[in-house]
Amino acid sequence: MSLSSQPEFADATRISAGRRILQRLHIDLPLLVGLLLLAAAGLFILYSAGDENLDLVIRQGLRLALAFAVMFVIAQLSPSTIQFWSPWLFGIGLLMLVAVLIGGEIGKGAQRWLDLGVLRFQPSEIMKLAVPMMLAWYLAEAPLPPNRVRIFIAAVILLIPTLLIAKQPDLGTALLIASASIFVLWLAGLGFRLIATVFTLFAAVTPVVWIYLLHDYQRRRVLTFLNPDIDPLGAGYHIRQSKIAIGSGGMYGKGWLNGTQSHLDFLPERSTDFIFAVFSEEFGFLGLLILLGLYLFVVWRGLYISAQAQDTFCRLLAGSITLTFFVYIFVNMGMVSGLLPVVGVPLPLLSYGGTSIVTLLAGFGILMSIQTHRKLIST
Amino acid sequence: MTQQVHNPATGFRFALVIGAVVLVSLVLVWRAVDLHVFRKDFLQNQGDARYLRIVPISAHRGMITDRHGEPLAISTPVDSVWVQPADFSEAHQAWPKLARLLQLDLAQLQRKVLARKDREFVYLKRHISPQLAEKVMALGIPGVNLQREYQRYYPAGEVMAHVVGFTDVDDQGQEGLELAYNDWLQGVAGSQRVLKDRLGRVVRYVEQIARPEPGKDLVLSLDQRLQYLAYRELKRAVQQHKARSGSVVVLDVQTGEVLAMVNQPAYNPNNRGQFKGGQTRNRAVTDVFEPGSTVKPFTVTAALESGKFRPTSMIDTAPGRFNIGKAVVRDARNYGRISVATVIKKSSNVGASKIALALPDAALWNVFTRVGFGLTTGSGFPGEAGGLLSHARHWRDIEKATLAFGYGLSVTPLQLTRAYSGLAADGIMRPVSFLRVDEPVQGKRVMPARIARLIRPMLEAVIHDGGTGTRARVTGYSVSGKTGTVKKATAGGYSDDRYIAVFAGFAPASRPRLAMVVTINEPRGKEYYGGQVAAPVFARIMAGALRALNIPPDTAPDTSLKRVALANPVEVTP
Repeated sequence: MSLSSQPEFADATRISAGRRILQRLHIDLPLLVGLLLLAAAGLFILYSAGDENLDLVIRQGLRLALAFAVMFVIAQLSPSTIQFWSPWLFGIGLLMLVAVLIGGEIGKGAQRWLDLGVLRFQPSEIMKLAVPMMLAWYLAEAPLPPNRVRIFIAAVILLIPTLLIAKQPDLGTALLIASASIFVLWLAGLGFRLIATVFTLFAAVTPVVWIYLLHDYQRRRVLTFLNPDIDPLGAGYHIRQSKIAIGSGGMYGKGWLNGTQSHLDFLPERSTDFIFAVFSEEFGFLGLLILLGLYLFVVWRGLYISAQAQDTFCRLLAGSITLTFFVYIFVNMGMVSGLLPVVGVPLPLLSYGGTSIVTLLAGFGILMSIQTHRKLIST
Repeated sequence: MTQQVHNPATGFRFALVIGAVVLVSLVLVWRAVDLHVFRKDFLQNQGDARYLRIVPISAHRGMITDRHGEPLAISTPVDSVWVQPADFSEAHQAWPKLARLLQLDLAQLQRKVLARKDREFVYLKRHISPQLAEKVMALGIPGVNLQREYQRYYPAGEVMAHVVGFTDVDDQGQEGLELAYNDWLQGVAGSQRVLKDRLGRVVRYVEQIARPEPGKDLVLSLDQRLQYLAYRELKRAVQQHKARSGSVVVLDVQTGEVLAMVNQPAYNPNNRGQFKGGQTRNRAVTDVFEPGSTVKPFTVTAALESGKFRPTSMIDTAPGRFNIGKAVVRDARNYGRISVATVIKKSSNVGASKIALALPDAALWNVFTRVGFGLTTGSGFPGEAGGLLSHARHWRDIEKATLAFGYGLSVTPLQLTRAYSGLAADGIMRPVSFLRVDEPVQGKRVMPARIARLIRPMLEAVIHDGGTGTRARVTGYSVSGKTGTVKKATAGGYSDDRYIAVFAGFAPASRPRLAMVVTINEPRGKEYYGGQVAAPVFARIMAGALRALNIPPDTAPDTSLKRVALANPVEVTP
């Protein structure tokens, strides 16, 4: 149990004083640098996408500052503390989801908000972290790979919040939570045969979902995705305009503040979900490669942390958080460039928006906690 | 040793995850290459098509002035205020301020905007001055926009309305000379490339493709002083006699220029909202009437040309009636045996009929055609009527007789004025011109000068004591003219109580400069004779016009003549 018995201690003495301070502060430097660069790029492009409105940038900056603060606070918690609180967080989140369904506030046609008097927020945001935490906690209790009973229970843990959120309706978040959970199960060693079975089942269920569960606007989104030309002025408008914006950027882009599609008001939702189109129009293919590179660097660091993690809970959770981050990026970029249907998923750290950034950086706080508490808690 | 999680599959699963991440990233990159590189041109064109627009730069329309350069039609830049209801309705606390500035009723403005909430474009007020527009924009209300337009302004208003005409909102001539000379006035619109946003607002100017060529100015032959005089006197007469309508045409007999042309009822071209049917017609050019006795000088012309008559030839008009087949031609009373000159002076229908029947079939038709009856004057004025004059072949005796005193043919006031200008200019008739004529123009001889000179004293006698047109006298000037009191044709014959009072003439009689026709349609007072209703109008306008043009008087002020001309001092400028 004592530190001196660890072989790593010898390495630890050799590392520089600076790194030791970071270690003490529980900060993972590569991760922090990557996130800060992305946040800076986000503020930069937001200034252009928001019609050079400095207030908007300042508001987003404050929001980012809050989110980074949350990240630092969470990084101070030890993974075992996080592990301990996981079921509690999940339970509270679940209660809130039910509360939302009963008495939540309606905004933009969906019932997602819970008003606690002082605080108004979406419980589904909590579940983005609480569900994978709960699953990691549950699966880490027994040796891996999990047996069938545990897999079944895990499936129930994942399905209840997912369905509650899908009912709000918030399909995007529901899918993200489902995928975060699936990453946990996958990393926990879910059998290939089971995966195949689930996929088959999924394919069988799809028509049912299509007919009975999806809302008209969701169906229309999928149809428009498959053929944007059926409704060029309505639902297909988003995709068309954003493809034009991206394509007209060319190799080097039109330059900061010079995007015509976006600045002339053709591009909808340009400071939120479609900010990637503004970025691509103004910075071109080269800018896009750099941005994607930055994102992949963060993903790489996350996966590295996951691989280095010393217990099952940490490893599963870190992997899930990182991969979900990547799913965000892929779904948003895919949507904006017309590869995927329009699902309301923001581009992490670039899109203007509230609670999702806090949740996102809270997740990275967990990653930092896992990475920087490593040697201290190893037994 | 670091404690490893005992899961043999993890390594493999991790590799698979990393592989998936790489693969998916490559898909994104491939998509980006596809959009950025392979489809760049197509998408860029698509983008350009959405916001690059070529818009016309409206050319400034030329000014119309009178012969002395007084502006009659000018284009002024104006702005129209429009709003996007969606943005605008969010700023309703600023509405009262805007309503006050634009002098709109607040409640009405609210209704207007709220009723069109789903639209993108609603006019609040059109054509306001650029100064006011600047104040509107200074309020900084969201959703409020301006649109630059040109408004045609007619400083002379009603006075020139019929001649000048007007343009539509697109600056295209619709009536009058604005229409006739549209191509000359409008110039060539230029074009420019601009960036427009989703709502069609021009947000950036890119380049000018073609410079607009401003339209050319147009100098009219009309004299605003004479025009105003004619307008005022005609309007007064039409009101005084409760007439339906009326026209005055003044021609310069030496150049053929139209110096004045007015009609009643008139309209204000600056106030389109009040246009009514019938008001906008330039009746002096578009409306025909039977000229009645005013053609008698031309009947006499034919008589003198034939050699069968001299001014002193005697014609028996007793007993004031003349039967031609079943029809009867009447005079006002029995004039007995009178000379050809007296036929004019007394306006004897019987005398004119007898002259006509004594002439060869074509003689009358020849003279009438030469002085321009039955043909448009070629002035080019839009909607000009040519009147009717049937061919001599078809004439029976009764038709020959009635034509001699002005029934059975129709003319416009302009045609009649022009015919009189021929008499006035020793038989030379010049093309009618609405534009100022600077070089002398070649006229056309329509009758021998000798005959014109024989007829003029007959017409001068008309205004002397015992003539029908004594009220056309002008102090200091000799006047020649002829009255006409035309029964209006109605269904099944001629009306007994609806007349057109006409006076046609020129002055000064010794060296004629101005020819004028006054027609008053359906005077409904006690007076309806041309000599009572039209002659005084002629006298007033002629008196003012002669003075305004500095034409020297040709008679000593004669106290024996009735002073009618200056019942009111004449203003020469409006």
